[in-house]
Amino acid sequence: MVKVALIGAGKMGLSHLSILGAHPNVEIVGVCDTSKMVVEVLERYSGYKCFSDYMKMVEESHPDAVFVSVPTKYHYPMVKELLKKGVHVFTEKPFCLNPEESSELTQLAKKVGVVNQVGYHNKFVGTFREVKKLVRNGSIGEITHFQGEAYGPVVIKKKSETWRSDPSEGGGCLMDYASHVIDLINDIISPIDSCKGSILKSIYSKNVDDSVYALVGTKSGASGVISVNWSDETYRKMSTSITVIGSEGKIVSDANELKVYFKGDKLPKGYSKGWNVKYVTDLTEEVNFYLRGEEYSAQIDYFIKSVSGENASDINTFDSAWKTDKSISLIKNQSSL
Amino acid sequence: MERIIFGDNQFFAVNHISDEKSRAQSIKFKDDSAIIKTLDISIAAGINTFMCTTHDRIANICEIIRKNPEKYKDFKIYPCMPYAHKYANAVTDLGIAGTLKQYVPGNFLGSMLKGGVAYLSKDYISIMELLIDAEMKMFKGINTPVIFLQNVITDLLLGLGMDEFLVAYAKYVKEKYNAEPGFITMNLPKLLGVLEKNGITNPIICASINKVNFRMSGGKDLYEKVIGEGKCRIIAMQVLGGGAIPAAEALEYVSNLPNVESILFGASSKQNIENTVETINHHDQKKKTPLNIE
Repeated sequence: MVKVALIGAGKMGLSHLSILGAHPNVEIVGVCDTSKMVVEVLERYSGYKCFSDYMKMVEESHPDAVFVSVPTKYHYPMVKELLKKGVHVFTEKPFCLNPEESSELTQLAKKVGVVNQVGYHNKFVGTFREVKKLVRNGSIGEITHFQGEAYGPVVIKKKSETWRSDPSEGGGCLMDYASHVIDLINDIISPIDSCKGSILKSIYSKNVDDSVYALVGTKSGASGVISVNWSDETYRKMSTSITVIGSEGKIVSDANELKVYFKGDKLPKGYSKGWNVKYVTDLTEEVNFYLRGEEYSAQIDYFIKSVSGENASDINTFDSAWKTDKSISLIKNQSSL
Repeated sequence: MERIIFGDNQFFAVNHISDEKSRAQSIKFKDDSAIIKTLDISIAAGINTFMCTTHDRIANICEIIRKNPEKYKDFKIYPCMPYAHKYANAVTDLGIAGTLKQYVPGNFLGSMLKGGVAYLSKDYISIMELLIDAEMKMFKGINTPVIFLQNVITDLLLGLGMDEFLVAYAKYVKEKYNAEPGFITMNLPKLLGVLEKNGITNPIICASINKVNFRMSGGKDLYEKVIGEGKCRIIAMQVLGGGAIPAAEALEYVSNLPNVESILFGASSKQNIENTVETINHHDQKKKTPLNIE
């Protein structure tokens, strides 16, 4: 049994707790939250031992691993303390407010030698995994250009302020929404290491960006366009998609459907010349407990297996999330020039 | 419950395999009249039960049904609550306490959140009851013999070990609405175990059941075993595996499973609705004919 504690029982935190609660190899030893009501409900109905001070929780409940799902600005100080205690850490995305903080935590995690993972769940989505495989195998030849997009209805009117509308807490579309797309591109193609131009636009929010448009380049030499808007109510929920253009073909994929076009006769197994369509249902492994998408359960299962030493623990490491923070920072800095 | 139940995903652009199809549906069902027209086609095909989420637009549909009592006299709705995106978006925006403040009617919660009031565990059950009442408002005067808890809530509570809320939900729906409680889940074997442990026997459970193991947590073999034991009243949903299985094959599989009381499906076109009904009826007929003489 892996003993797990969680800090921050908000929307993501409760989702993690539920999946962890149903995991056969997990024992939840503590939950920390600042809301009296949330703590009461979790103590009364789930029987969890709850705390309002996370270090007290770590000292008293001796977890093997801690989940951190609090506003981004607290990731750095909390994760640092946790690493010093030698516990394995899963933290929500984006990793930190700036790449300097992420770099420091990445080094520290390496030094301490604990499992470290960040919640970029798209890497556990079947279609995107297949895109990575096709790109990495050279199936569509040399990658020349890509398009990374995400749209959804998060901020669709002028309204009350939360931490997501405060730039100093890690709010805004670039940090919160576009980070998913950037992280996917970095993983599938190669890290974004230049930004030729970017626009961060507010639509309804007062203090943060609601949309991000950027022209970028990757380490491998591909160019790309990032187009992300969290104020688009024509989408029922977040829809993330990626288009990759190669010298031998093209891939268009979202979380549900993968379309691949092959120009020539050099084909990977299971594909034919011209257009191919595959669905996430064909590319997804069943999970033991389903809450809101196989990927949420799969990323937690992966982390727990990493802690138990059952896999390579090389998906969504602090190191990869640090690279994403670097790309985010490039896009942000370019827009303010 | 009737053998075939009509679902509502197509009306609200819920499509598990294609964002493009989802947009096309959104355009097709922009007007309430398009929804009613499709419902009428399903009724003409012999389906008298509509299972739908408590989406704002369903309130308009209910209004039309209430205005035509003669036409819809045999029509039943199985509400599924809550419309989760409404709450999920609100939690992102307002936090958990803020969301409750927005959606729990009356001043009850306001005084609770201000503090100073002793929290009793029954207060939290009362909050849930108030939320159920708020969701049920739109169905006033409509026959709702089964009322469902949506899978995202059922499964969230299941994972959190909050069995008491599941039990309280069942009790309240029975007492206040004189209806059968139903549970939608992606985790049928686990849920059934928990409900039985808490004294809820032979519950109505709507779960993803299909040939390709889609959203069947624990796997198809375990599902078939649990279904075979016949300890719950099952509505099979996502029988097409999100579109991965050809319809004829998918319906043959699910129609021939023992103890599946009802099959839930949604479709937009007259042809698809009629074909699905005919296919299920055909397999049911075949089961009744021992020598397979057709």
